[in-house]
Amino acid sequence: MNATIDYKKSTIDAIIAGLMALVLFGPVVGVVLQGYGFTTEFDRVAWMVAVVAIGRFVISSFLQSNKGKEILFKHSSGDDAGVVVKSPDYKSNMVWIIPVVILIGLMVPFIASKYVLTVIILGLIYVLLGLGLNIVVGLAGLLDLGFVGFYAIGAYGLALGYEYLGLGFWSMLPIAAILAAIAGAILGFPVLRMHGDYLAIVTLGFGEIIRLILNNWSAVTHGPNGVSAPLPQLFGLEFKRRSRDGTPFHEFFNLDYNSGFKYMFVYLILFIVVLIVLHVKQRLVKMPIGRAWEALREDEIACRSLGLNHVLVKLSAFMMGASVAGIAGVFFATYQGFVNPSSFTFMESALILAIVVLGGMGSTLGVVIAAFFLTVAPELLREFAEYRVLMFGILMVVMMIWKPRGLVRVTRTGFATRKGVLK
Amino acid sequence: MDIVLQQLVNGLTLGSVYGLIAIGYTMVYGIIGMINFAHGDVYMVSAYITAIVVALLSFFGIESFPIIIIGTLFITIAITGAYGWAIEQIAYRPLRNSGRLSALISAIGMSLILQNYVQISQGARQQGIPTMLTGAVRFDVGDGFVQITYMKLVILLVAFLGMGTLTYIIQRTKLGRMCRATQQDRKMASILGINTDRVISIVFVIGASMAALAGVLITLDYGAFDFYVGFIIGIKAFTAAVLGGIGSLPGAMLGGIILGVSESLFAGLISSDYKDVFSFSLLVIILIFRPSGLLGKPEVEKV
Repeated sequence: MNATIDYKKSTIDAIIAGLMALVLFGPVVGVVLQGYGFTTEFDRVAWMVAVVAIGRFVISSFLQSNKGKEILFKHSSGDDAGVVVKSPDYKSNMVWIIPVVILIGLMVPFIASKYVLTVIILGLIYVLLGLGLNIVVGLAGLLDLGFVGFYAIGAYGLALGYEYLGLGFWSMLPIAAILAAIAGAILGFPVLRMHGDYLAIVTLGFGEIIRLILNNWSAVTHGPNGVSAPLPQLFGLEFKRRSRDGTPFHEFFNLDYNSGFKYMFVYLILFIVVLIVLHVKQRLVKMPIGRAWEALREDEIACRSLGLNHVLVKLSAFMMGASVAGIAGVFFATYQGFVNPSSFTFMESALILAIVVLGGMGSTLGVVIAAFFLTVAPELLREFAEYRVLMFGILMVVMMIWKPRGLVRVTRTGFATRKGVLK
Repeated sequence: MDIVLQQLVNGLTLGSVYGLIAIGYTMVYGIIGMINFAHGDVYMVSAYITAIVVALLSFFGIESFPIIIIGTLFITIAITGAYGWAIEQIAYRPLRNSGRLSALISAIGMSLILQNYVQISQGARQQGIPTMLTGAVRFDVGDGFVQITYMKLVILLVAFLGMGTLTYIIQRTKLGRMCRATQQDRKMASILGINTDRVISIVFVIGASMAALAGVLITLDYGAFDFYVGFIIGIKAFTAAVLGGIGSLPGAMLGGIILGVSESLFAGLISSDYKDVFSFSLLVIILIFRPSGLLGKPEVEKV
């Protein structure tokens, strides 16, 4: 099959795309509303139309070439295996990489500056959120658009628990996980029997309900003004300059006061928690329950025919994800020292979803990398902050068309029958 | 008593608009089985186009209200329809054979793209258009009165005209027959010579046009909007579609009106702070107890 490129067809495609772009972008981009009047910016429209037309020409020509046809064929034939299975005697390099990463991770707070450390903490919080949502979306295949609701429960749990019940960071860490899991169960139990698409909308509604309640129930949550949250303590030692009751950390160890100490401490706890969650997730995937999640994601009807209780299996994934989000919320509250409802909008849920989608559904390594990429990159590229959400959106659409299983493919070591077993 | 009646009237106009937007959700769901998450943002884009067309018309010195509303309706519907068409081409058509999760995530991505695109090109501030039709009809009820503004009457009239035209197209014309056939069985329809890809495109254009109709009416009445309005109204219209039974056209209109009226009554009589919470809770409750909605058929899963 030797393809000749029909440039006439490409040109016609490009002209049609350009005209379409003119209709779409002309009014919205070209005419900018100013009060009841407007100003015109036709140069922007011209640029966008030119980009669309030229882009369409290039794509149209490319798809007519041999390589393009190959790609089209691959796309339409649907190369869609869930996981790549490695041979049973495959040894992963991870055995060497993981200890090195842990060592570097433990040294980070003593090397990095305070600003870098705060960025990394934020990145780790999103790693935690990504891991939680990855259990729900990636492993169990349930699209949860209200994930931020559980995150809010954790964060407000710490802030309100401290204000009304005097509970500190350490007691709230497990309580928030349990609270979020209970909320997940209450929401999930009736909803999980339903079809997947409905689940997405119901969870979206749930996330909004939580945010609206936090915003409107001023008597308890102080509404949009927010609530302050406590810092963690090390065996009763506080990380403040002066402590009302007891000795602050720096006096106890005869150190000069440094506002970076608290971030170092938060970082270290967070790092350990992330490691624990990673380990638990890694084990869960190999356990019957983890296998049930993945099986249910691939074919629900087959699983039900084999006698899996689909509601319970889904519910376990839902609660597990929710409790991880609750823990992440506690860290977020203590790291910021303050929470208010504007941190828990739908945009946040979309960001976490973008992390999972980019990282690869079900892939742990991918989620960790994607979480850092999507939270640290905006810090580095501040002048592009305006385009951040646009990038997330384009990323989601392109990833779904190009690589729906994410950048990092899930791999699994296969099993071999033991020697001596009859075949 | 007069409060209840007043809220009923407000709810009826609000509900007819929800119904118009719900049509887009329900038709798309009926034909390709996906939730078009970006539909609320298509409505938002149409609100901006409305304001731009109104500004352009007044720039060219056109002041008469009937010309403005008819001109705005036609231009906005045409451009928003083009948006619906383009969204389907870019974000959904390449995913026709992939799973439902992929299509839904792509739709969420499209929704973020539309929001941010409008925010960047038009600025993040709230926009508005001047009120053009003032005046109202008043009825005395007991001690108080019920007031229906002329604009609300226009909304009801245009919304019902729009719904009626659509029902006529779907029930009586060749195009409608093609849509219904594709909805029942896409593969069979394409074997019988219907260009199903084209029908799907047309359904997206119809959905976007109905959203544009709602966008023009609400923007002319309410005046203020920003790039975020599509989100809440989108979820509510989806609630309306589910309430009426997703996939069912009369269901979407009925669901819209029920939702609009009950939400207005809740806001007027109980609390307006929690009216969104009420709508979302209603959605959850319907899905738990009657997932197929009022007029929908229960979904049968086949292997």
